Amino acid sequence: MSVVTLTINDELVSAQEGQTLLSVLQERGIEVPTLCHLDGLSERGGCRLCMVEMEGTGRLQAACVTQVQEGMVVHTHSERLVKYRRMILELLFSERNHVCAVCVMNGHCELQWEAAQIGMDHVRYEYLNPDLPMDASHERFVIDHNRCILCTRCVRVCDEIEGAHVWDVMGRGVNSRVIADLNQPWGTSQSCTSCGKCVQVCPTGALFSKGATVAEMEKQHNFLRWILDGREKKIWSYENGK
Amino acid sequence: MSVKTSPPPRARPQAAREHPSGDPRFNLIDRTLKRFSYQQDALIEVLHTAQETFGFLSDDLLIYVARQLKLPLSWVYGVATFYHFFTLKPQGKHTCIVCMGTACYVKRAAEIVAALQQAFHVEPGGTTADGLLSLSTARCLGSCGLAPVLVLDGEVLGRETPESTLERVRQLLLTERSEAAPSANGDAVHVTNGGIHEPI
Amino acid sequence: MNRSDLEALAQRELQRQQAFRCRILCCASTPCLSSGATAVYDAINAAIKEGELDAEVQAVSTGCMGPCSRGPMVTVQVKDEGEFIYEHVSPEVGRQLVTYHARSAASPAEELPEPLRTRLLPSDMPFFAKQKKVVLSNSGLIDPERLEDYVARGGYAALAHALREMTPEEVCREIINSGLRGRGGAGYPTGLKWDMVRKARGDKKYVIANGDEGDPGAYMDRTLMESDPHRVLEGMAIAGYAVGADQGYIYVRGEYPIAAKRLERAIRTAERRGLLGSRILDSNFNFRIDVRIGAGAFVCGEETALMASIMGRRGQPTPRPPYPAQSGLWGKPTLINNVETFGNIAPIIQNGAEWFASIGTAKSKGTKIFALAGKVATTGLIEVPMGITLREIVYDIGGGIPNDLAFKAAQTGGPSGGCIPAQYLDTPVDYESLKALGSIMGSGGLIIMDEHSCMVDVAKFFMEFCMDESCGKCVPCRVGTVQMHRLLERITDGSATLQDLETLKELCVMVKETSLCGLGQSAPNPVLSTIQYFLDEYEAHIRERRCPAGVCTLEKTPVTEWVHA
Repeated sequence: MSVVTLTINDELVSAQEGQTLLSVLQERGIEVPTLCHLDGLSERGGCRLCMVEMEGTGRLQAACVTQVQEGMVVHTHSERLVKYRRMILELLFSERNHVCAVCVMNGHCELQWEAAQIGMDHVRYEYLNPDLPMDASHERFVIDHNRCILCTRCVRVCDEIEGAHVWDVMGRGVNSRVIADLNQPWGTSQSCTSCGKCVQVCPTGALFSKGATVAEMEKQHNFLRWILDGREKKIWSYENGK
Repeated sequence: MSVKTSPPPRARPQAAREHPSGDPRFNLIDRTLKRFSYQQDALIEVLHTAQETFGFLSDDLLIYVARQLKLPLSWVYGVATFYHFFTLKPQGKHTCIVCMGTACYVKRAAEIVAALQQAFHVEPGGTTADGLLSLSTARCLGSCGLAPVLVLDGEVLGRETPESTLERVRQLLLTERSEAAPSANGDAVHVTNGGIHEPI
Repeated sequence: MNRSDLEALAQRELQRQQAFRCRILCCASTPCLSSGATAVYDAINAAIKEGELDAEVQAVSTGCMGPCSRGPMVTVQVKDEGEFIYEHVSPEVGRQLVTYHARSAASPAEELPEPLRTRLLPSDMPFFAKQKKVVLSNSGLIDPERLEDYVARGGYAALAHALREMTPEEVCREIINSGLRGRGGAGYPTGLKWDMVRKARGDKKYVIANGDEGDPGAYMDRTLMESDPHRVLEGMAIAGYAVGADQGYIYVRGEYPIAAKRLERAIRTAERRGLLGSRILDSNFNFRIDVRIGAGAFVCGEETALMASIMGRRGQPTPRPPYPAQSGLWGKPTLINNVETFGNIAPIIQNGAEWFASIGTAKSKGTKIFALAGKVATTGLIEVPMGITLREIVYDIGGGIPNDLAFKAAQTGGPSGGCIPAQYLDTPVDYESLKALGSIMGSGGLIIMDEHSCMVDVAKFFMEFCMDESCGKCVPCRVGTVQMHRLLERITDGSATLQDLETLKELCVMVKETSLCGLGQSAPNPVLSTIQYFLDEYEAHIRERRCPAGVCTLEKTPVTEWVHA
């Protein structure tokens, strides 16, 4: 692997060829907001929060799907970028019903955290207030479509890690919705293994464990890395994995 | 090349794959499946055939297609709902598609839709309660020279006005009703009233 | 079949055609069919039979002749007398055409008997005189369902030439030298794209023709596929040879059943004759083409989404790079061009790059097909050299605005383009000039608006379109289009404030810069360009609560007024 040199926020940085720009930023401790990205899953490039400015191209690029290149000159926190990130978060908050005060993930939610980080104190756009259902038919978990931001982490983890592909997205545009099997109640899905991986990777309160009440739900992402490392090193039992 | 011995003849190789319902229409789907040698990439082609054959994609049909192509159910459902062409609800006996492309829009196609909506109590994308008429809108049928354009039961009609469209649809439904149930006069009168009510 | 067989076939067909004294060409493309062209064709055939004129008169069902609003169109070619083009032909008129032209020698147009006289289009009509047909040179003159007709007009000679006399590299060089640019809208140099795929490493490569013409108001690709399907196939085969692909796909929009049927038939005929399939024209080159039918999604015009759709998935775009030239269909290098681009290939190979480069402007070469629609006297399909002015298109070819109304704007590029106001009527039509005006060339929809069109309403129409067609993958496009549409709705119903206009502008720029694919990146264009040129209309809606064109009904009141009242 050869090494490439690039400039990030006026600082010279070296990185491995083939690395994504986002991973370099994270290694250097430069905080760029992300929602659809999750370490261990394939990249989607859908939330557009990790957009960075690239000198020379005049275009913004999503850091999660951009590979580092020799001589790249990158800016991560220009005034324009911060403004756009805030606007995107406002759009997300206006799209569905995100009322933090009554959410199981209050205080642990990634969407809430990113909004707080950027200082988003109000939403300038009209709330769309769609009438979306909540599905509590599964014996252990609940999906609340009102909190879903369509990051598709659940779809990807179910397909890529669990291999069950219970979840997918139906419809298109603002009418898209995450569905289980044939758009049926989750509890009646025959392909679901009830592993709970989707619940753990969900960034918001859209997927949560039954019984959790306001601000009680917390999620663990590190199991993903643990499974993937185990697979790579061919360690199949828990004891050896430790 | 090794010499292949031919397999022993089977009684009816087709029978194994026949759909349990015995509906012969499934054979048409099987034909498409075979044409694409059961490749998962052929999903859209198979759904096209299924919709042409059955008129709409029922859950049963989607499950059948998913099983045959070995695709997850949610994948098939996701694809079927992504594209405008596929419909998961049964369609009315007659369909009226009004073009809402730019040229038709500029020539006030929206008024035709509004008139139909008012006269027959049906939303675009919906079907009348009696299942006789489905109304939908399309994004440009490519007959912009004839704007505004609509497709009534597969026939492309150009330079329509709200009045002419209402008249056509009303005629169509009238013949339908008089053929279906000559005694059910009340019904037919109702529709005529609904249609005649002062088309704008 | 080899090259001499091809020439022999062309000769035979030409002789057969010349044996007729009179050929009656009846348009059978979608617009004319919906005006009743089938009945006209049947009546003409019946009249030929009744009059026992089979040996002298031939009726041919052809592709589009251009002035679609005047359909059904019929062209009569009389030996030694020339061509007569008739509009609005009814079955009765069709019958009279047969009896008149089969018997009578030519008489001056004004002496024609009624009703033929009023239906004859003058031969010097600007609609035809100002056009230059390169891609559509066969359209309206050949029967799209007969391979012989195409071959008789020099079809497949370019493929034969390329296979025998040129290396793949030379073909790419020729296309680069011609200066041909993608006709799908963005205008990327076609030759460079070909060369990139040619150089890409891979055991398998694909060629895709993009016939998913989703722009409302555009039907150039459909007409080409319906009127001259073999030309598209030949262009694809040459491309396949140049880049080293052996499999091609034509992605046809689901709304175009006739085009798909004719393409399927053309592919089968060409395969039977050895012009497609394996060992084409007795060379070592193999190339198969399959038709794929879309299922109704505008976003599938975007190349990565189109490939997802061919692979049977949800038509959602993926981030580029990697570009299709490196990793496309099933991860293999893929060449993807618009149908009209492929229509340009055979003429370039046949007449040379220099000939092609002599048409058009410095940076935009060749011709462009436009679907002229909206408020002009003659709507239809036109092919014009690049660099022609909008004024010539609207007033000469289109015959001006009906009812003595004033021209207000020309909309190009559909939902991805913008509106060009009257002060720029003399702008030459080429990629750079249109871009400088905030619009784009687009795939070729050209919609003319008069003073009765409200520009805010038009912007709202396009935004509604983009909102419905957004795939939902990225946030700016999925939610941004809805919010922009809401803001436009507020302006047209009277409840907007000037602050809303600022919010709208800011949102437009953000969506344009942050969206994942071309749909989102260009969705704000109609709004931005109308704000740029027709700001007074927006302000009239907001400040005076009045629609200057009289389209919108502003019946609501801004909330702030309630508060302050």
